[in-house]
Amino acid sequence: MKRNIFDKIWDEHVITERENGESLLYIDRHLIHDLHYRSFKSLKEKGLNIREPKKLFAVSDHSVPTTAKKLKDIPSGEMFDAVQGLQLAADEFKFHHFPMSDKRRGIVHVIGPEQGITLPGLTLVCGDSHTSTHGALGCIGFGIGSTEIEHVLATQTIWQRKPKIMKININGILDFGVGPKDVILSVIREISASGGNGYAIEFGGSVIDFMSMESRMTVCNMAIEAGARFGIIAPDRKTIDYCSNKPYAPKGYLLDEAIEYWKTLIPNDEAIYDSEYSISGEDIAPMVSWGNSPQWSVRIDEPIPEPKKEMNPVVRAEMEAALNYMDLTPGSFMSAVPIDMVFIGACTNSRIEDLRTVARVIKGYNSIVKTFVVPGSGLVKEQAEAEGLHKIFIKAGMEWREPGCSMCVALNGDVLNPGQRSASTSNRNFRGRQGVGSRTHLVSPAMAAVASITGYFKDVRKFNREYNCAEK
Amino acid sequence: MLKNKGSNGFKSLSAIAVPIEIPNCDTDQIIPARFLRQPITDPNYRKVLFHDLRFNQDGSETDFVFNHFSFKNGKIFVSDINWGCGSSRENAVMALKANHICVVIAPSFGDIHYNNCIKNGILPIRLSSVICKILRDQLWQSPGAKIQVNLEKQFLISPNKKMYEFNIDSLDKYRLINNFNDLDLTEEFTKEIINFTEIYGQRHRWASITD
Repeated sequence: MKRNIFDKIWDEHVITERENGESLLYIDRHLIHDLHYRSFKSLKEKGLNIREPKKLFAVSDHSVPTTAKKLKDIPSGEMFDAVQGLQLAADEFKFHHFPMSDKRRGIVHVIGPEQGITLPGLTLVCGDSHTSTHGALGCIGFGIGSTEIEHVLATQTIWQRKPKIMKININGILDFGVGPKDVILSVIREISASGGNGYAIEFGGSVIDFMSMESRMTVCNMAIEAGARFGIIAPDRKTIDYCSNKPYAPKGYLLDEAIEYWKTLIPNDEAIYDSEYSISGEDIAPMVSWGNSPQWSVRIDEPIPEPKKEMNPVVRAEMEAALNYMDLTPGSFMSAVPIDMVFIGACTNSRIEDLRTVARVIKGYNSIVKTFVVPGSGLVKEQAEAEGLHKIFIKAGMEWREPGCSMCVALNGDVLNPGQRSASTSNRNFRGRQGVGSRTHLVSPAMAAVASITGYFKDVRKFNREYNCAEK
Repeated sequence: MLKNKGSNGFKSLSAIAVPIEIPNCDTDQIIPARFLRQPITDPNYRKVLFHDLRFNQDGSETDFVFNHFSFKNGKIFVSDINWGCGSSRENAVMALKANHICVVIAPSFGDIHYNNCIKNGILPIRLSSVICKILRDQLWQSPGAKIQVNLEKQFLISPNKKMYEFNIDSLDKYRLINNFNDLDLTEEFTKEIINFTEIYGQRHRWASITD
């Protein structure tokens, strides 16, 4: 068999195929968040019902203030209406919903894997582009629009053309202080923000094999920033162990059957791909984005590129516009740029492993810039508190907040002021993403922690050496 | 087979075209996130399109191209690579529609946004970077010039009267011309869906949710 893992899962879900290559795909899991609360009203107006409410899971994350613990903590207005709207729909249509008071609530892409809603071999959709995250567990997960959401609600299916498959191999070993965020930012820089258009990206190689499940989720989360709707990593022993004891995972003999099937998804060396890239782990350094697309990032030890050296006039203009908006000087180093705020969180980097990394770096130091630490879910928060991580954050002067999307999309009151600059563990540095006129620099949790302590982008690899010597 | 809805479908159009010089134009630019909860029935909805590029903080207009007198009534956008990348927000398409934009021409599109366009009657046309640049240059040279688009025959005519053919998937073309809703198409497969669900449920018992 030469089918790659994506093709194997896809083929298993095709109900029918049209001559133009579009397939009607069966959907195993549908996740929905607060921004889509109007979908249910729209469905009703069309006289439609939810076909399989048991396979629909809802949670509010975009519109949730990171100070709110209960629905009534949210001030009246747009945010409250969205969160309450989703809750009312869940009550009426009888689908799964994690309400504000439930500790299992959190960012939809964090709780899917955490609850065992996401499993290898499944098809999973959500009205959110970062649904690519779920592919880290060896499933087909992808973001869809509102029209497609209604279609899935009504039919539990979706019309899709099978993407081409790109394999990205990352072999070798990562340097100490270099993590999955640096890996994916390097990949995006390599293939560009449009390099994955029309593709699903399968990540593999020893660096990926060695990664924890949380790290793999960080990598797949940003496949969309390379233009690919899908990221996927073949399930292995680690995946199976991770999934096996989750609340919504199958139990008993059903789990045995699941594992038997998941083992057939292990890739073989002869699998065929439409495109392949290789990146060496040793070449990856801590990354910082400088522009307004995730493709515009530099290694921390590299200068900001100079547009005048760019031959393509359109690209040159794009670089100049970004440098102007971000108020940066070409040829200078990111390490000389002072920052106003640090955001640690988002579906990219808000899992327990990310918080442990931050705690390891920050322990014994103080934050000198305003820093939000926003856990990805109530369970991540609980785990972090059980390990005492929150005490380290609070002692350093960081703000330990309630779970949600927070400053990644700035829809919950957590925003930067015009002109302010952040070091952010989120996934998008678009103009105005964290508030009108905001300037976002994407970094790993370790780099964000160092930024919080120093007020600058400093190389985490040198930080431990230099600071430890200076302070002690 | 496919039912023909007939009304309001896209066939051809001759309209003012607007050059948008933004490579990797993400959907956060097309509609900033803070407008995502605004109902599309809002009478001021057209203002959300490119809001932060079109308006200063005090509400006055910037010199963004779509504010120019010659381009204000444009119904076609010509842009650069990776138009509509980023967020899956279908509100981006609604913002285009609120401003009567019917066609976007670009070398490449974000995959999710492309689908959202098709499903809402906006024609996304892929042409090479070189041709898109030629079109944009012509539009700057003669602001307010029109581009003629014929979807049935899959060609467009530039302001300089040159014809360019474009490719589009046959079913997407059918969707646009007939203002076709996927739910109607799927309805014809109701039996197949029921059968599949049953067989799939037996083959993969583990994949069902028992709670």
